[in-house]
Amino acid sequence: MSTLTNQIAAGFDAVFDVAKIREDFPVLKQNIHGRPLVYLDSAATAQKPFAVIDAIRRFHEVDCANIHRGVHELSQRSTAAYEETRVKARRFLNSKTKNELIFVRGTTEGINLVSSSWGRKNVKAGDEIVISAMEHHSNIVPWQMLCEEKDAKLRVIPMNDRGELLLEEYEKLLNPRTRMVAVAHVSNALGTINPVQQIIQMAHKAGALALIDGAQAVPHMKVDVQALDADFYTFSGHKIFGPTGIGVLYGKTRLLNAMPPYQGGGDMIRTVTFEKTTYNDVPYKFEAGTPNIAGGIGMGAAFDYMAQIGIDQIAAYEHELLAYGTEALSQIPGLRLIGTAREKASVLSFVMEGIHPHDIGTVLDKQGIAVRTGHHCAQPVMDWFGVPATTRASLAFYNTAAEIDALVAGIQKVKEIFS
Amino acid sequence: MVHDLYQEIILDHSKRPRNCHPMDDATRKAEGYNPLCGDKLKLFLKMEGDIVKDVSFVGSGCAISTASASLMTESLKGKTRDEALKLLDKFHELLTTDAAVREDLGKLVVFCGVRDYPARVKCATLAWHTLKSALTNPDEPVVSTE
Repeated sequence: MSTLTNQIAAGFDAVFDVAKIREDFPVLKQNIHGRPLVYLDSAATAQKPFAVIDAIRRFHEVDCANIHRGVHELSQRSTAAYEETRVKARRFLNSKTKNELIFVRGTTEGINLVSSSWGRKNVKAGDEIVISAMEHHSNIVPWQMLCEEKDAKLRVIPMNDRGELLLEEYEKLLNPRTRMVAVAHVSNALGTINPVQQIIQMAHKAGALALIDGAQAVPHMKVDVQALDADFYTFSGHKIFGPTGIGVLYGKTRLLNAMPPYQGGGDMIRTVTFEKTTYNDVPYKFEAGTPNIAGGIGMGAAFDYMAQIGIDQIAAYEHELLAYGTEALSQIPGLRLIGTAREKASVLSFVMEGIHPHDIGTVLDKQGIAVRTGHHCAQPVMDWFGVPATTRASLAFYNTAAEIDALVAGIQKVKEIFS
Repeated sequence: MVHDLYQEIILDHSKRPRNCHPMDDATRKAEGYNPLCGDKLKLFLKMEGDIVKDVSFVGSGCAISTASASLMTESLKGKTRDEALKLLDKFHELLTTDAAVREDLGKLVVFCGVRDYPARVKCATLAWHTLKSALTNPDEPVVSTE
C-alpha cells in the first residue's frame, strides 16, 4: 500500500473506531485456512454483533413464550419485547405509525405479500407492472407470476453501461395502465443507488403505486418512507446485522386496510365461526400463525445497535471505504468493475479476463477472504453486461482498508495461479 | 493448500482445453447448464455402433469445469457406451466419497482434490452429467446440475 493510501486509511479508520466496532462481532475473530477472516460478503448476509446474539439468547433463556395469547408473565414479556421491535422499526423507517409495519420472513416475503394480496385484488388483464433491469429475482418473479395469472404486462426500465437506470426511458414506460412500479433502492449485484424518490414521484404522477426493495439500502443509509412517499418498502433483518427469517414490510395504512389477508390462520383473525371469519386489524391481519419471535427480538436489538453507531457515521465511513476499494481494484490490470454508477453503496462487483469468478472465489477463500461469486440472483443483470457471473466483494462498517488491501493481494495471487 | 485443487494438469487443461470445438458430423449432442455458476457446455459425440469414436465440447466455464470436460473427452475415445457410463460412476465416486482413489481412473485422479471443495463438485461433474444425457437420451436435452 502506498504512503498516500496509508494516510487515507489511517485517517478515516481513526475517525470511525472500526477496531472497537469489530470487537462487537465475535465471528470476525477467527482464522480461515490459517489466515484471518476477511468477510466481504455482507450483501449476502451481515454478521451479528453480541447485542443481537445476546438478545436472542436472553429471550430463549428467560422470556420464552408465545405472544399475543397467554395472560401469564412470560407471554406478556415476550409479547412486549416482540412488539417493541415494531416501535423501533417505526423509528428506523420513520413511518407514521407502527401499525404500518408488517413482520415478514424477509424482503422476498414482503414483495410476495404485496404481489399476492394487493396484486390479485387490483391488477387486471391489460394492466402493467414496471420493474427495472437491475432487480434481484425476488423483485422479478413474484410480479411475473402475477402478470401471468392476470394477463398483465411486465415492463422493464433499462440501464446504461455504468448500471444506472434510464429515467427518460422509465418516463416513456409509464401510462394509465401502469399499476405498480417495483424497484430496488440499491442494486445487490451492482451497488447502484437508485433515485427512488424521483422514481416514486413519477409513478404517482402516472397514477401508479411504488414498492421499493430496500434490502441493500437500509444497512447503509438513512431511509425515511414518508419523505420518499413510498407506498410499500421492504427489507430483511439479516442484512442489518439481525437474524435470518425476519424482516419488515412497510405499507401505507389506507392501502393495507384495503388489502385482503395474505395467509389465513391464528393471530390474523378477530372472530372465527364455520360460517364466517372476521379479520384482525393491520398489521396483524397479515401475520398469521406464530411468528419468528426470537428473530423479531433479535432484529430489535439490531435496530438499537445501528442507532447507537449512527447511520450517518456508517454511511460516511462506508463511502470512504468504497472509494478506497474502487480505486484499489481499478488499478489491477485485467480487472473490470461491473457497476460503476455515480451513486453507489457497498458493492464491488468485478470480472477478470480469462478467469472464472468461481476460481477467483475459491482461491480467495483459501486466503481467508469471503466473497460471493455467481449471478447474485440477478441473471438479467449478468446477461446485460454479457458475463455469466461476477465476483462480488460487499462492504459493511466493520470492514477496514487493510481488508481491501488483503483482497487486492488475494487477487494478485489469483492472477499468479491462472495467468 | 489451493494447489491441491488446481493441480498443474488441471490448470493446463483449463488454459488449453483439448477437443474443444464443435463437431459437424456428431451423432449425438447434449447441452449442460449449471445455473449456479452460469457455466454452459455443449457436448458432441460420434458413435460408431456402441463405440465412442470421437468426442468434443464447446462452452464457457470455470477452470475446474473446463479442465474436467477436456480430460473427459481424452478419456472417452475408444470406450464403449457401458465403459463410458461406468467411468462416470467412478468419477462421481472420486468426487463425492472418501473411498480410496481408484488407479483405473488414469489422469482423472487429478480431480480428487475437488472432494474437499463441496461447492465445486458441480463444476467438475457438469461435463459428465452432459455425457450421460447424450448417451442415454438422443434428443439433445439440456441437463442442469441444479
